[in-house]
Amino acid sequence: MAMLKDITLGQYFPGNTPLHRMDPRMKILLTIAYIVVLFVADGLVSYLAIIAFLCTAIAISHIKPKMILRGMKTLIFIIALTGILNMFYTKGEGKPLLSFWNVAIYKEGIVTAVFMIVRIILLISGTFMLTYTTSPLQLTDGIESLLKPLEKIHVPAHELAMMMSIALRFIPTLIEEADKIMSAQKARGADFESGGLLRRAKALIPLLVPLFISAFRRADELAVAMECRCYHGGEGRTRMRSLKFGTVDLWALLTVAALAAAVILLKVFPLEVFGI
Amino acid sequence: MDDAVLRAEKLTFEYDTDDGELEVFRDLDITVKRGEVVAVLGHNGCGKSTLAKHFNAILLPTGGKVYVMGMDTASDDLLLDIRRTVGMVFQNPDNQIVAAVVEEDVAFAPENLGVPQAEIVERVDSALETVGMTEYRNHAPHRLSGGQKQRIAIAGVLAMRPECIVLDEPTAMLDPVGRAEVMKTILELNRRDGTTIVLITHHMDEAARCSRVVVMEDGSFIADGTPEEVFTQVELLRGVGLEVPQTVELLYELRKRGFNLPLDALGCDECAAAIAAVMR
Repeated sequence: MAMLKDITLGQYFPGNTPLHRMDPRMKILLTIAYIVVLFVADGLVSYLAIIAFLCTAIAISHIKPKMILRGMKTLIFIIALTGILNMFYTKGEGKPLLSFWNVAIYKEGIVTAVFMIVRIILLISGTFMLTYTTSPLQLTDGIESLLKPLEKIHVPAHELAMMMSIALRFIPTLIEEADKIMSAQKARGADFESGGLLRRAKALIPLLVPLFISAFRRADELAVAMECRCYHGGEGRTRMRSLKFGTVDLWALLTVAALAAAVILLKVFPLEVFGI
Repeated sequence: MDDAVLRAEKLTFEYDTDDGELEVFRDLDITVKRGEVVAVLGHNGCGKSTLAKHFNAILLPTGGKVYVMGMDTASDDLLLDIRRTVGMVFQNPDNQIVAAVVEEDVAFAPENLGVPQAEIVERVDSALETVGMTEYRNHAPHRLSGGQKQRIAIAGVLAMRPECIVLDEPTAMLDPVGRAEVMKTILELNRRDGTTIVLITHHMDEAARCSRVVVMEDGSFIADGTPEEVFTQVELLRGVGLEVPQTVELLYELRKRGFNLPLDALGCDECAAAIAAVMR
C-alpha cells in the first residue's frame, strides 16, 4: 500500500552532516525558537529570510527535499483547509475581488491565506528537519536532559523520553506490519478503497484489530528483552554519547539568533515590498 | 561445582490459569558447565522456553532453586548481576531491538549497567566486530535482513560481557542464509571466548553441532548427552514425535536392512565415510 509508505513522520535519516552532529538539546531549543520566530514574522522580507534559513538547513543536512514533500502530503488537507478558511474570513478594506452570495474575497484574504499556508509549510518542514536529522535515541536524550529539572516536581522525564523513543523506533515496524495485514485481508476479499467515509472507516477494523493485538504482543516481548538487557529505569544509567555543545551548536545558535533579531526588527520597522 | 554456570535444583514452575494451576515442570535438575554448548530440543509447549526464562530471573521458580554462577535467581539484590551474566536472545529480532540505530541499540545494555562512556564505546566496537556487523553500525535496524538483525541482537547481549548466552529459537524466523549466519556466530563465540551457550531449537541439524543435547518432553528431560549419544536413540526421539538428523535417519534405515553401520556418524562427511567403509 503506497499510502502507508508515505508516512515518513518521525522517521530518521542517518547521516554525518553538521546538522546530524548538533547537540539534540540545541536542536530542540532552536526548533522551538524557530517556531516562535515563524509566528512573530510579518511581511514578505521576513518570510524570505526564514525560507532562506530553512533551505540552507536542508542543503546542509543532505536530506532530499523530496522526503520533506512526501511527509507534507499527509497533511495537505489541513494546509488547504487553513488556506481556504483564511481566504474567506479575512475582511479587507477595499472592494472585494470577488463576491457571491454573502461571501466576499478580498485582496487581504488571499495574502493572509498565502502567508498562512507558507507559514504552516515552513512550520512542518522545520520540525521535519529536527526528526529527520536526529536519531530517536538522541531526541530522547535531548528531551530527557531538557526535562530533567522538572523531575523535582515529579515529571517522569526519563520514562516519557523512553516511551517516545520506543514509539518512534516501532513506527517503521508497525507500518510494515500494517502493510502485510492489509495485503492478507485484501487477499481474502477485504475492500479498503471503495465506499463512503463511514464504510471505509469500517473497513479498517479488520486491519486495526490484528495490528493492535500484534502491537501488544510486541510490547510484551520488548519489555522482556529490555529487562534481559538490565533495563531498570533511568537510575544509574550512563550514555554512550554524552551530550556536548560544540562549535556547530554555537554557529547554529548565532544563526537562529540573527534570524530572530531580523524578524523582530522587521516587525518593529516594517519593510514593505510590493505593498505587502 | 565451580564450573557450573547454570544450575537448576528441583526446579518447579506452575502458574494460575482460569481452570486452576497449570504445572509446566516439576523437580527438574540440570547443570550447565562453563564452555558447554547445550541444545535444548522439544516440541512447542514442552516447557523449554519457560525453562530458558528461569536462567536469568525473568521467571522465578515456584519451587526449587536456580543458580547462576552460584547466585540464587530469587535474590533481588543480585538481579542485575544475574542478568549481565546470562544474556538472552529471543526469536523475533524486531521485538528485541530498542534503538533506531544499530550502535545505539548495542550500547543499550552497558548504558543500563552504568558502564563508563569510554568503555561503552569499546564494548560496542568489539561486540559489533564479533558478530561481523561493524560496517552497519550507523544503519537503521529495520533496513537489515533477519539474520543481520539477529546478529545485532546477539551483539546487544555481548556488550554486557556475559558468561553465558541463552538463545530461545533464534533462527526460527530466519531464512537458510540467516540461520547459517547466526549459527556460525554462536559457535564462533563459544570457540573463541569460551562463552557458554544454551540454544533452544527445533532444528536437529543445529542441535547436532552442539556439544550436548537435552531433550525435553512434557516438562521433563527424556535424554541428555552428547549429540552422538542422544541422536542414536532413534526410537525414543521418534516416540515423542521428534525428527532425527537426516544422516542418522539414513544410517538407521540402512542398519535395519542389515548393514553393519555405526549410528553416531552425525556429520555429512563422517556419514559418507562410514557408508563408504561398509560398501568396500
